[in-house]
Amino acid sequence: MTKRKAARKLRAAVGLHAVLAALAAVWLLPVAWLLLSSLRQEQGAYTPYLMPRAFTLGNYARLFTDTSLFNFPRWFLNTLFVALCSCLITTVLTLMVAYVYSRLRFRSRKALMNVSLVLGMFPGFMSMIAIYHFMKAIGLDQTLLALILVYSGGAALNYYIVKGFFDTIPKSLDEAATIDGATRHDIFWRIILPSAKPVIANTAINAFIAPWVDFIFVSVIMKDNYNNYTVAKGLYTMVDKANIYHYYTVFCAGAVVVALPIVLLFIRLQKYYVAGVTSGAVKG
Amino acid sequence: MEKGNPLREIAAAAGTKDWSVRLSFVIMGTAAIRYGQVIKGALYLAAQVLFALFFALFGWRYLRHFGTLGETAQLRVWDEQAQIYQRVPGDNSMLILLFSVLTVAVTVAFLLVWYCNLKGARRVARLAAQGRHINTFREDISTLLDERFHITLLSAPMLTVALFTALPIVFMILIAFTNFDANHQPPGRLFTWTGLANVADVFLGNEIKAHTFFGVLGWTLVWAVLATFTNYLLGMLLAIAINHKAVRLKKLWRTCFMIAIAIPQFVSLLLISRALESSGAINVALQQLGWISTPLPFMTNPALARLVVVLVNMWIGIPYTMMTFSGVLMNIPGDLYESAEIDGAGPVRRFFTITLPYMVFVTTPATITTFVGNINNFNVIYLLTAGGPFALDYYQAGKTDLLVTWLYKLTVNQQDYALASTIGIFIFMIVSVCSLSVYNRTGAVRKEEMFQ
Repeated sequence: MTKRKAARKLRAAVGLHAVLAALAAVWLLPVAWLLLSSLRQEQGAYTPYLMPRAFTLGNYARLFTDTSLFNFPRWFLNTLFVALCSCLITTVLTLMVAYVYSRLRFRSRKALMNVSLVLGMFPGFMSMIAIYHFMKAIGLDQTLLALILVYSGGAALNYYIVKGFFDTIPKSLDEAATIDGATRHDIFWRIILPSAKPVIANTAINAFIAPWVDFIFVSVIMKDNYNNYTVAKGLYTMVDKANIYHYYTVFCAGAVVVALPIVLLFIRLQKYYVAGVTSGAVKG
Repeated sequence: MEKGNPLREIAAAAGTKDWSVRLSFVIMGTAAIRYGQVIKGALYLAAQVLFALFFALFGWRYLRHFGTLGETAQLRVWDEQAQIYQRVPGDNSMLILLFSVLTVAVTVAFLLVWYCNLKGARRVARLAAQGRHINTFREDISTLLDERFHITLLSAPMLTVALFTALPIVFMILIAFTNFDANHQPPGRLFTWTGLANVADVFLGNEIKAHTFFGVLGWTLVWAVLATFTNYLLGMLLAIAINHKAVRLKKLWRTCFMIAIAIPQFVSLLLISRALESSGAINVALQQLGWISTPLPFMTNPALARLVVVLVNMWIGIPYTMMTFSGVLMNIPGDLYESAEIDGAGPVRRFFTITLPYMVFVTTPATITTFVGNINNFNVIYLLTAGGPFALDYYQAGKTDLLVTWLYKLTVNQQDYALASTIGIFIFMIVSVCSLSVYNRTGAVRKEEMFQ
């Protein structure tokens, strides 16, 4: 290799790293801004300067202790409860449906899959009013149970990624087990589930995250029942026009508390995420 | 399982000489009980009784008003004795429609059970006549874990989908053919069927609604194309840059971008939208740098606001496309490159003949999915601009509103459910056309057995 070639390579490498560093800065700037604001002592959403004049952990303390108007600890427990329940229900339902469509052959299979596809194409917001009135009619409006049902009720429509994974488990394993006298029930438990751990983890984590970040369905279901808010809806209320001045920095602190676990989960999830995007591409 | 035409099956059941099979038409489970399947027969009978009770006590009360959606609204009558207005309960169009849909769904489900009852009756009669073994209840249950395992697994998921997805969608589709808006809120004021009036309004009848619809639709499509295209191209470039062999610490770079999207959107987008306001951080920073003297109208100038949502969407979307392309890049079979190198292809040529076609091919379905996702990209628009700047020549919409955010505003702020549902159906049409094109192109449906 000539000297000139090596120099060119070095210049390319330095240039690439510089571009990446600049881009990474752009992407991390809002994150840094969030952290700075959560530590800022001066109140208010807008300041005529960028760096906080004084730092404090008081916003975090206020978040967990000042519960007179905004009960963050309670919202946190609400969200945890809803997230755990809907994570469990969603995962179980998705696995059941994915197994059926991947492995079992019966008469109405194609029809059911097509109906699922069509139902999934309607915008979710369209039906939220109907869901609210339906919940109200059965006496569940403004309850956490309604929220769990809303988050996990449609699980049977989002089976594509899991089914795609099940499809790659060799069918000869099933056939061998059938010859040994295993029922389809046994195959589900002993063959499919043990080899699908990554995709199960992926489904469960996604289902767990959803209640932490949704603020639309909570608004529709809970209306003004502050006590049953989840963190997303609660934090969202903190920055409406009436409260933003007094609660902006507290909102930032709350956002950090919610975002931190999700960031950690996401980083651990990276490799599954890539696999999911490319294998689940069938869904419309 | 024997494949039969349901009507022929029913006719055959009616034509048998076995009295218990024929009696099963009106009293479910008769044949089953006669031939020893007592529990199964009793369950059929119980289903029939329950359905009859449901229909008589609940369903019919609503279903009989389905044609008119109620005639008498709730009234407030002056009570002379108590000196107050008393409420006289009337019909409630909304409940009539909701429970009518529920009743029809339950009735369809019941008819299916009734059909199974008939089919079962004929089979058990035939088995008895041939003197063959008739399954006991316990044996029937055990088939639910094997031959009929799909019924066991699907019943719970299908029930939740029916109640929380299908039923609301059918209800909202029907709403599109009524005049359920802010002036027709039951129980005080009833709404009723208006046929295709809403569809006509949106397309031509009502000038301002038609103008809004086509304006918002146009921007929705422009937005979806811009948002998808920018993310696709720049995400691909970013992935190529990170995966370049000269770059060290690949995982660290990826993590930097992942952190940005791991923060819930309602947080990051709200922060950015506050920062973009006239006294927000970005204007403060630009003023401190001395680049501008007066704040830029990011949120009040329509063209600038549209530019801003596209740019911010790049911040949200590029990390996702980058991750997708990273995965794809790592999966390109190495032998393709080796043989190209033997053939004397240089790095540029290898990129254009192998890397690029491969990436485009693999990610096409995902890209169309992203396009559909962008048509319905509620979060970015709603949290950043809330559809603003508000437009006077639009009906309850702003210049950055997408169809889906307009639908949301009509529903939540205006309670104009009928118009919102009409728009929802239209969104469904756009989305289904796009999705079906993917579905047919990838051929993944037909090839689903390939790996097994």
